[in-house]
Amino acid sequence: MAALTPEGPMAQLTPPAVAAGPVSGPGRRRRIRVWRGAILAIAAVYFLVPLIASFTFTVKAPEQDFSLDAYGQIFTTEGFGQSLLLSIGLGVATIAVVLLLTLPAMLAVRLRVPKMKPIMEIVCTLPLVVPPITFVAGINTVLQFGPDYLASTPFYQTIFAIQDENFPVVLVLAYVILALPFVYRSLDAGLGAIDVRTLVEAARNLGASWPHLIFRVIVPNLRSSLASASFLTLALVLGEFTIASLLHFQTFPVWIYTISGSQAQVSVAVSVFSLLITWLLLLVLSSAGARQRSGS
Amino acid sequence: MSAPSAVRTASASGGRRTKSKSWLATVPLLAFVALIFGVPLVIILGGTFKRDGAFSAANITESVQGAYLTAMIGSVKLSALVAVVGALLGTFLAQAVVTSRFRLLREAVLTASGVLSNFGGIPLAFAWIATLGNSGVITKALGLDSAGWSLYNFWGLALVYLYFSIPLMVVVVVPALDGLRQQWREAAQNNGANTWQYWRHVGIPVLTPTLLGGVVLLFGGAFAAYATAAAMVGGTVPLVTLQIANALSGNVLIGHENVALALSLDMIIIAGLVMAVYLPLQRRSARWLR
Repeated sequence: MAALTPEGPMAQLTPPAVAAGPVSGPGRRRRIRVWRGAILAIAAVYFLVPLIASFTFTVKAPEQDFSLDAYGQIFTTEGFGQSLLLSIGLGVATIAVVLLLTLPAMLAVRLRVPKMKPIMEIVCTLPLVVPPITFVAGINTVLQFGPDYLASTPFYQTIFAIQDENFPVVLVLAYVILALPFVYRSLDAGLGAIDVRTLVEAARNLGASWPHLIFRVIVPNLRSSLASASFLTLALVLGEFTIASLLHFQTFPVWIYTISGSQAQVSVAVSVFSLLITWLLLLVLSSAGARQRSGS
Repeated sequence: MSAPSAVRTASASGGRRTKSKSWLATVPLLAFVALIFGVPLVIILGGTFKRDGAFSAANITESVQGAYLTAMIGSVKLSALVAVVGALLGTFLAQAVVTSRFRLLREAVLTASGVLSNFGGIPLAFAWIATLGNSGVITKALGLDSAGWSLYNFWGLALVYLYFSIPLMVVVVVPALDGLRQQWREAAQNNGANTWQYWRHVGIPVLTPTLLGGVVLLFGGAFAAYATAAAMVGGTVPLVTLQIANALSGNVLIGHENVALALSLDMIIIAGLVMAVYLPLQRRSARWLR
């Protein structure tokens, strides 16, 4: 990386060319350093101040001393555990469904039917074009008027079953669609980086069955891209507000919004808390990826 | 759910016949998308052109008039502003980080960008309300409230949207900046080009697809954003996402419920046009990133 930068070793090897320019070498370099420092300083202020200010807001109410009470109150506020568990459950279910749908399909396309690749790409990218609010407008209409059209079919019960308040399957279905573009891109990059065909042929020649091949050969080799696909999906589900709130399900973000009216400090504390969780997940993910790189 | 078994049955017979059947593994995915994604889209299209049970263009006409038109223009203006400013600032930040000698700084900024580009929705709104809202920490500390400051308007939303847009741009543009080869700069310098000429004739043309792709991505993100706006401004800034939510919650005249679907169709068309620019660009820039 360093060699690619203007300040890398190559730049130092070519002082005549730099000196021949309109600006002398050391002067130009100093100017670049000042310019870069200014940008980084402004960025640091813009990105750090809201984080610090939010934390200050949660630990110090006007005319009161420092206290971490707001963070303690998170856990005792009505609905916290329930909504968080619901969101995590939805996240895990979404990850399972989206991987079960995409991985076999993408393997088959890569190994046997490469002609279908453009179709897969379009199908998996389309959800990016449709904003979640419009998607939920469509879903809402289906859920509202579907029962009228389906009254005489077995689907009639299904429409109600997927709206169970304790575990709204309809949200899992919607989130799989929202996650599809990210999962596709992540898996596509992962499959591109390993020689799938050789792996598959070697394993098949050695007598491995297809399930064995997928779970013992393909999955371990795709570990880091599966992990990043799962992380992105989990982050998406844990933060998704639009669809859940408009379909009236009490997921974690909807809960934060609900309590903000009566407990401003707690809702900001949860916001800070959720950023920390995301950060932690990403760190775990990148260290897992690094371990795999050094291992292979 | 039957996807793995599709792979198994497709290959269990072995030999040449598997070739013709392995496309079956893609069926569950395609069927799922057609049902869960396709049906609502068809419903949006169908519902848009239906009022009082008959075919009618009344919904779509209503969706491009009056308050709905104002909201649509507001959304496009906000998204365009965020996209262009976010892309510019994100590129400058990325360049500052890429050319830095401190590896640690680079790693830190890239990790932070990955996290912050996903930091949207409700928590983002609350973090900014706690900072610069009416009783925010910075508002109180600097006495901004008496100076007439308010976060709950168009510019406040832009400021907040940039908080996830700039990091997203950094994530998008860093690989492209890394791909600018040192040899190109040296070749330009050996031919007597100064820094400006290098960027004008080499750097920016190579980066253009990535930069435009970033602008499109940022536009799409800001255009579709709903949660942050709903938590921050409620209804005071006209935005099309807020209008759709309003209409879905029943805040429309009796019989005009399908206006929400018409507005959705408008949004999909605009987002689709913008994305149509993005996909070919992404393919073009991928060539340079190898």
